[in-house]
Amino acid sequence: MPKKTGAAVLSAVIPGLGQMYNRQWLKGLAFLLTGMAWFYFMIHGLTGHLRGLITLGELPSHMVKVGKMTRMVEGDHSIFMMIDGLMALLALLLYCGFYLLNIRDAFMVGAARARQEKIRSFGQSLRYMGRRHFAYLVLAIPLTAIVFLTILPLVFSVLLAFTNYADPILPPANLVDWVGFGNFKKMLSLDVWSSTFGGILTWTLCWAVIATVTTYIGGVLVAVLIHQPRVRFKKLWRTLLIVPFAIPNMISLLVMRNMFNNQFGPVNKYLGMIGLNGLPWLTDPFWAKVTVILANMWIGIPVTMILAFGVLTTIPRDLYEAAEVDGAGSAHKFRMITLPMVLFATAPILIMQFAGNINSFNVIYLMTNGEPVNPHYQYAGDTDLLVTWLYKLALNQSQYSFASVIGIIIFLLVATFSIWSYRRTRSYKEEDMIT
Amino acid sequence: MNRKPEEAAKTIGSYTLLILLSCISLFPAFWIVMSSFKTGNSLFSDTLIPRKMTFVHYQELFEQTKYLKWFLNTLKVAALSTLIGTSLLLLASYAISRYRFAGRKSMLTAFLVLQMFPGFMAMIAIYVLLNTLGLLNSHWALVLVYSSGSIITNVFVAKGFFDTIPKSLEDAARIDGASHMKVFFSIMMPLSKPMLTYASLMIFNGCFVDFIFADLILRTEEKRTLAVGLFRMVNQSNSTEFTLFAAGAVLVALPVTLLFIFLQRFLIEGLTAGAMKG
Repeated sequence: MPKKTGAAVLSAVIPGLGQMYNRQWLKGLAFLLTGMAWFYFMIHGLTGHLRGLITLGELPSHMVKVGKMTRMVEGDHSIFMMIDGLMALLALLLYCGFYLLNIRDAFMVGAARARQEKIRSFGQSLRYMGRRHFAYLVLAIPLTAIVFLTILPLVFSVLLAFTNYADPILPPANLVDWVGFGNFKKMLSLDVWSSTFGGILTWTLCWAVIATVTTYIGGVLVAVLIHQPRVRFKKLWRTLLIVPFAIPNMISLLVMRNMFNNQFGPVNKYLGMIGLNGLPWLTDPFWAKVTVILANMWIGIPVTMILAFGVLTTIPRDLYEAAEVDGAGSAHKFRMITLPMVLFATAPILIMQFAGNINSFNVIYLMTNGEPVNPHYQYAGDTDLLVTWLYKLALNQSQYSFASVIGIIIFLLVATFSIWSYRRTRSYKEEDMIT
Repeated sequence: MNRKPEEAAKTIGSYTLLILLSCISLFPAFWIVMSSFKTGNSLFSDTLIPRKMTFVHYQELFEQTKYLKWFLNTLKVAALSTLIGTSLLLLASYAISRYRFAGRKSMLTAFLVLQMFPGFMAMIAIYVLLNTLGLLNSHWALVLVYSSGSIITNVFVAKGFFDTIPKSLEDAARIDGASHMKVFFSIMMPLSKPMLTYASLMIFNGCFVDFIFADLILRTEEKRTLAVGLFRMVNQSNSTEFTLFAAGAVLVALPVTLLFIFLQRFLIEGLTAGAMKG
């Protein structure tokens, strides 16, 4: 048997053995210890945790008679079991990676030995790894953080959508179970859920379209207004109009909630001064929607303005000069040069902003909190978006599984638009109009 | 010649519109500052600029709430998260931009996909996770979550920035015998100052104003951050103590707003770069 196959087979049987066969003693020992540690954990716990992930607990809380007293004995806690199970799954994956690398290493070194090359010592191997795989070393810390604090929680949340973890089934009192696509079916066909879902989805899409279009058009117009040759002190105007972006929007939204207060707010007071009746800004279903869109314009226009301003400064002067030679007026120049250039360069942002607006939580939550409450809705109000509904379902109503279903639906929506926009930008790039 | 009056009208029109827009843009800030100086505690006032100015609400804020403590907490959490988050971001984006390694493409795709989930979705899981680790009500838990979250939200902007730095710079240094680390610290770091400023500003701002996740993690009043404290104040007392809220809002918004205005240049560059890379 050639050396490389022999080493690989030995490593496959017991990690580290192949390395020792290759006379890399320290490396072999390190691999062997890792393999043994894994084996120990596999027996103590990991298998149990993995089983727990599948069953989600079998022993409910129950009463036990101890002498004359009955005592509550805690049963399995399904949610903790799920997290433990996921961790175990992660450990299993990591080990599989290690195991494969171990075989690969033994094979490669064996092959090198067969070619009669010099075998590296342990120190040399480490140094070689540092040079050859520098990227992995650098990425190790950020990736660990992402895996534990982003990916693991997300996987957990996605899995929740396929369980019945919703009030009144809450651990540790009850056991949670897998229900497959049951929650999705309920969301789409059970009347209490589906009518709320339909209503909120429609409003979310309307909101995303209106919010994107208003801030976009507003931003481009303001940028063009400042960019006119006849306007002086451009920097001053830009700074003044950027202020809404600089104020943390959590604060400005809370402030605006007070400004639009029906009874005492300044907006209605000024409307009264010019002889108009005040409007029910935050309490009427229709006007509440108008209010959140206005507030969103105030916050969003500066961002588009900055972006459009950036594009405007890159439009070459000679384009305008050529147009002037051909006798074009300023309106004509705007329509034929400025507008197409700005639209062309900012179109990808438009789609990304649309995807972002589907998820705009702060504006709704802080301005109206989804209110006015709609009596026909399940735990939601007239201005609630899917995200704010998700938040209310999870944190106020403990309907975790339904919240996860909404989360997945939002993801699907955003992903669809993002992929579409990505395709579009690619094709834009190929057209290569702006150089 | 008869174009002149028309031109003048257009100029006047533009300026009027700009002044009007500036008023709208500044009004909420102006109004809340004025309200914080107002006597009494109601939302209603008959004049925009109060007849009698008072600093009593700022004084009340420090006496009735743990404002100073909250402020220090916020500063601690935000500064630590910015430091750790920016370093992690820098490492990750540099490696992704400069090295071609197996799994690079799929990693980028994974980041893209992770960004598309609503942020709150993972919140419950993080809560349970921190609970099992016994990290609830600790500032370090917040720092951990903020800094790891900031990698994903900013990695594309940062990577895009590194992509624009010519590779010949590094190659020259390598030929002169510089190691990976040396190249990173003495060439890439100084060059990426604009991006670093933008990213750290964004992370800092994010930590400063987060009132949802911090509220979930921090259970006692002692540990709270400014945003959580202020949000609770508004929710509990609503408009009955409006002027106190106004004073609090001004003090929370002031540091971030000033920071943004002063670092405007970096912000504009960062925003434009982030959006244009497509």
